[in-house]
Amino acid sequence: MDLNFSFFFSNFPELTVTGLAFGAIYALIALGYTMVYGVLQLINFAHSEVFMYGTFAALWFTMATVGGGNPGGFQTLAILIGALLSAMAMSALIALILERVAYRPLIKRNAPRLIALISAIGASFVLAELMGLRDRVTGWVGLDDDLRDYVGRARINNSMPNIVDNKVLFSIGDADVRMVDVIVIVAAIVMMVAVDQFVRRSRLGRGIRATAQDPETAALMGVNSTRVIQLTFLLGGLMAGVAAFLYMLKIEVTKFDVGFLLGVKAFTAAVLGGIGNLRGALVGGLVLGVVENWGSAILGSEWRHVVAFVLLVVILLFRPTGILGESLGKART
Amino acid sequence: MIRTTRSWRIAAAAVAAGLTLAACGTTDDEGGGDDENAGGGGGDAACDVSLAFFGPQTGPAAGLGQPIIQGAQLAIDQYNADAECEVGYELIDSQGSPDQAPSLATEAAGNEAIIGVVGPAFSGESDAAGPIFAEAGLPTISPSATNPALADNGWDTFHRALGNDATQGPAAAKYIQDTLQAKQVFVIDDASEYGAGLADIVKEELGDTVVGEDTIQVGDTDFSATVTAVTSSNADTVFFGGYYAEAALIVSQLRDRGYEGTFVVADGVKDPGYLDGAKDAAEGTIITCPCIPAEDPAVAEFASAYEEEFGEAPGTYAAEAYDAANIFLDGIAEGIDNREDMLTFVNEYDEQGVTKQLKFDETGEPSDVHVYAYSVKNGEIVSDQEIE
Repeated sequence: MDLNFSFFFSNFPELTVTGLAFGAIYALIALGYTMVYGVLQLINFAHSEVFMYGTFAALWFTMATVGGGNPGGFQTLAILIGALLSAMAMSALIALILERVAYRPLIKRNAPRLIALISAIGASFVLAELMGLRDRVTGWVGLDDDLRDYVGRARINNSMPNIVDNKVLFSIGDADVRMVDVIVIVAAIVMMVAVDQFVRRSRLGRGIRATAQDPETAALMGVNSTRVIQLTFLLGGLMAGVAAFLYMLKIEVTKFDVGFLLGVKAFTAAVLGGIGNLRGALVGGLVLGVVENWGSAILGSEWRHVVAFVLLVVILLFRPTGILGESLGKART
Repeated sequence: MIRTTRSWRIAAAAVAAGLTLAACGTTDDEGGGDDENAGGGGGDAACDVSLAFFGPQTGPAAGLGQPIIQGAQLAIDQYNADAECEVGYELIDSQGSPDQAPSLATEAAGNEAIIGVVGPAFSGESDAAGPIFAEAGLPTISPSATNPALADNGWDTFHRALGNDATQGPAAAKYIQDTLQAKQVFVIDDASEYGAGLADIVKEELGDTVVGEDTIQVGDTDFSATVTAVTSSNADTVFFGGYYAEAALIVSQLRDRGYEGTFVVADGVKDPGYLDGAKDAAEGTIITCPCIPAEDPAVAEFASAYEEEFGEAPGTYAAEAYDAANIFLDGIAEGIDNREDMLTFVNEYDEQGVTKQLKFDETGEPSDVHVYAYSVKNGEIVSDQEIE
């Protein structure tokens, strides 16, 4: 195995920017894992499917509105916003359904956390396979012919019409920084700051923090824990929707099982940054994305996942609570 | 995890199928005995026999399995149209996965009615299933598995109806050198049996012209590090050894980053799924394939029959699958009703097929091989030229 440092150093800026862009997507998905963990101390393994449904919502909205030719400037913007909103709506809806069907009945009965974990894994398979078999599902109600463009090719890659001209915005050294990467990084950071501020400053956010810190006392103080849990899932879902939209903008292709690998990576990012910590999710996501890209450049792309998980193990060895440590409740009061 | 649930389901199905087949098996054996006498006496066609397709019917590579299934189906339907005893056709769905291949191959081997297999479709699953077929003495003719090493295993049952990567690789390299006049080539592979094998041959043939290489992982979607490596290497041509799902992502991301060189791929990408996935970015891609173009006059009759039956032009390897099935059917027509005789028959076969002269050497490789170049023009894969 030869280490390719000259390539790494000569392309350092480009590798970093593309790594940050993908890391920003990890970070947004990681938010969903970290928030649910903060409030319920359990890992929502179905969150990857929340993301996957968002990618399809963005895809379908774009397919339905773009039509044949490439639309003009203002219309493109409208389509992009529409795709973003439909991805957010879809992901939020799936997250709420998950909470209602796979979690609430268990939490109400005070079931052990392990049971909720299994329920989440089950829900994850159901959701993924429903998407992977959507041609048959629509076939039952006789809509498969009308919706062929949307439900056909159910188990293979579906790609989105290219609507953003990925032009070079500016250059760092001789590396070009392109439109899509900038949109992805900026949008992700803006959304993360918004969620962080919401949780820190708003009344509802205080409820979330209170429940995370001590659910019983919070309930005694009049915090409706069911509502708080719902809100947590909703926020996580909305962010997964944003991630889904940005992912479709960058990669342009989705599939029913696309959530699996990304889910694992986003969960890794959440643990890396310190699970239960909102800012940790951002840091963990960005670090993971960048290090993966650097590792791929030095060792070759086949080492990408090895680099990611070795990084996780090493960081946890030295900082068992992740880079930023601590959890939602104990953080900044 | 998904695998686990699926394997349970398959295991359950296998048990169920095994029970039914065991029941059938006894009757088949009796029938087989009678036919043997009949065959020895008058040369009548064999009865109660089946051919099987082994490959992806569902799953991520289902697009590549479909034309093979239909090509063999056409041959069997044509045979059955005026045969006294109909030949059965079993579809063994491996989803193209080497993990599932061994258990499915064992299941097929246990079904005595199956005396010939069209497949396995891919190199990985061929490698996994090959020893089981060899042990069972069940002759296979793959219309699509191209990894050269498959023929070196000493499996007497292994045959393929197309040239391997050892012929496709040099042809791709020759095209890159002579037709594209490439000066600097970047080689990517997907670490699969098929992709890595092909990429190694291309690298070897091109020698110093190769300015960089990278290996990606199947299932990944973000290839930005690879793209950066390609653009910074100043390569004028990129060769990718792998299948269409990753090829579409790689070419989109290359074009997205403003890369303008030629993208050269092999037969694993010759699928409509590539065009769906890559859209405009696919334009100008060169695809090499040991498969005969549907426009070729030699396959005209087959192509029109195929189109009539399935309502679409024959896809990649449909004609090869048709040829493979016809070899077995010729044997059945001569009264062969068991695997041993079928294997001898296939090994000694020498007839003109639709795609080529069908004759196998002792390792199971075809003795007559052609490689063709295709290119993507206006969103369609069109035939370019035969690579001599």
